Amino acid sequence: MKLSYYPGCSLKGTAADYDRSVTAVCTRLGIELEEITDWNCCGASSAHMTNHEVGVRLPMRNLLLSMTSGHDILVPCAACFQRMKAADKSLRDNPDYWDVDCYEPDFEILHISRFLASEQRRARITELVKQPLADLKCACYYGCLSLRNPRITDAPDYEQPKSLERIVEAIGATPLRWSHRTECCSGSLTMARPDIAVKLVSDIVGAAKKAGAEALVTDCPMCQANVESRQMELEGQEPLPVFFATELILAAFEGTYPEKQQKSHLVSAEILAKVMSSAAHNSKEVI
Amino acid sequence: MTGKAISPEQGNRKFLAKIEAMDIDVSACFQCGRCSAGCPVTEFFDLTTMEVVRMAAYGMEEVLINSKTIWLCAACETCATRCPNEIDIAVLMDVLRELAIRKGVAPSEPGIELFHRSFLGSIRHWGRAYEVGLIAGYKLRSGDLTSDMKLGWQMFSKRKLKLLPHPIKGKDQIRNIFSGKGKEYER
Ligand code: SF4
Ligand code: SF4
Repeated sequence: MKLSYYPGCSLKGTAADYDRSVTAVCTRLGIELEEITDWNCCGASSAHMTNHEVGVRLPMRNLLLSMTSGHDILVPCAACFQRMKAADKSLRDNPDYWDVDCYEPDFEILHISRFLASEQRRARITELVKQPLADLKCACYYGCLSLRNPRITDAPDYEQPKSLERIVEAIGATPLRWSHRTECCSGSLTMARPDIAVKLVSDIVGAAKKAGAEALVTDCPMCQANVESRQMELEGQEPLPVFFATELILAAFEGTYPEKQQKSHLVSAEILAKVMSSAAHNSKEVI
Repeated sequence: MTGKAISPEQGNRKFLAKIEAMDIDVSACFQCGRCSAGCPVTEFFDLTTMEVVRMAAYGMEEVLINSKTIWLCAACETCATRCPNEIDIAVLMDVLRELAIRKGVAPSEPGIELFHRSFLGSIRHWGRAYEVGLIAGYKLRSGDLTSDMKLGWQMFSKRKLKLLPHPIKGKDQIRNIFSGKGKEYER
């Protein structure tokens, strides 16, 4: 299976390790990714929040660049996904308005977690697991943009999403029921108003801990960076690491969680290595 | 809330036509409060989300484009997702922000406006967001050089921040996109 791939700027910068785990997991699943040639930034929140036209035209260029390939487009970043979907809808609705003669592509824009959580792919993921992440208690955290607004994202279960929980289960970890799965962490305000980000992150992490979480699991690079980094300001509290779902899948596939990968986290990510080594130990005892 | 009374008499018809053209049906609001109940940043707002919607229905553009709320809104789309009348409240916030900028209103949350401007400046220049340039530009222009120093250093030492930008080939196409001058606002 071949897909067009839109990594977006985060995955080429602060979330480079997310890019590596997405591509490695896809390779293991037999999915070939072809990066869209000369793609540009989707404008993220800042463009549509301050200039509607630029906010549509930036992702529109990427859509037009992908027209010829005919493959569905895989998008791991929640913000890029939402912006690409929004531009796609505007264009389909009224190509004339955007000075495009004809826009009838047959590709679909795929969000990474919903794509990986399909029944068939989940079964394949479970088959490939070398070391299940037994007992890692995960609070799956979706944030906003892969879900909302559903009129843009077409997310089927936007208030009670399940894709991350399904992925986590497929690799043998334990998803928890908790309250803040789809709450906003205010990533778009984090630089200018860190005080607001600290407050929202503290609520989210506090709720996850109350539910007994050892880690948060997400698919959004802004959430991952914001929730980890703003915890550094919460003094006297043990921080929770935020893993990418694909990072966990890759660790389960490889049966180890390398030191180098641990170091990409801003807070301690030791728990995963611990869980993996004790799970490996237990499975040896059973044999 | 600001001191101004919410009243249809101060209505601005051009503004009402603009939000109608964007398919934002503010008159459908029956003030149920769901939008405000779910808003993650409501405690920092000077106007609540439901007040923004009602004031928009009354055409009270001036008060709205001068508010802090339009800048503090995180564009999380919770309000618009949950509004029983499917009012596109997050898009309304976008329109208000853009109007404030186009009319040259001094932003009541200057740091947030500056962040958006720095981010877009980076894309306009390189075609992609260049984090180091963006952060440096934002920090220099905001004069806030001290906050997040520790974080910046950690990101740097973990090689999360790439020192060089990734310019794209189609940079002139990106400049064209930005030079559009918002034809929507000229029509
Ligand atoms: S949720 Fe919708 S109808 Fe209810 S107050 Fe907000 S805008 Fe009005
Ligand atoms: S989009 Fe803005 S106003 Fe609406 S809930 Fe989110 S932060 Fe609040």
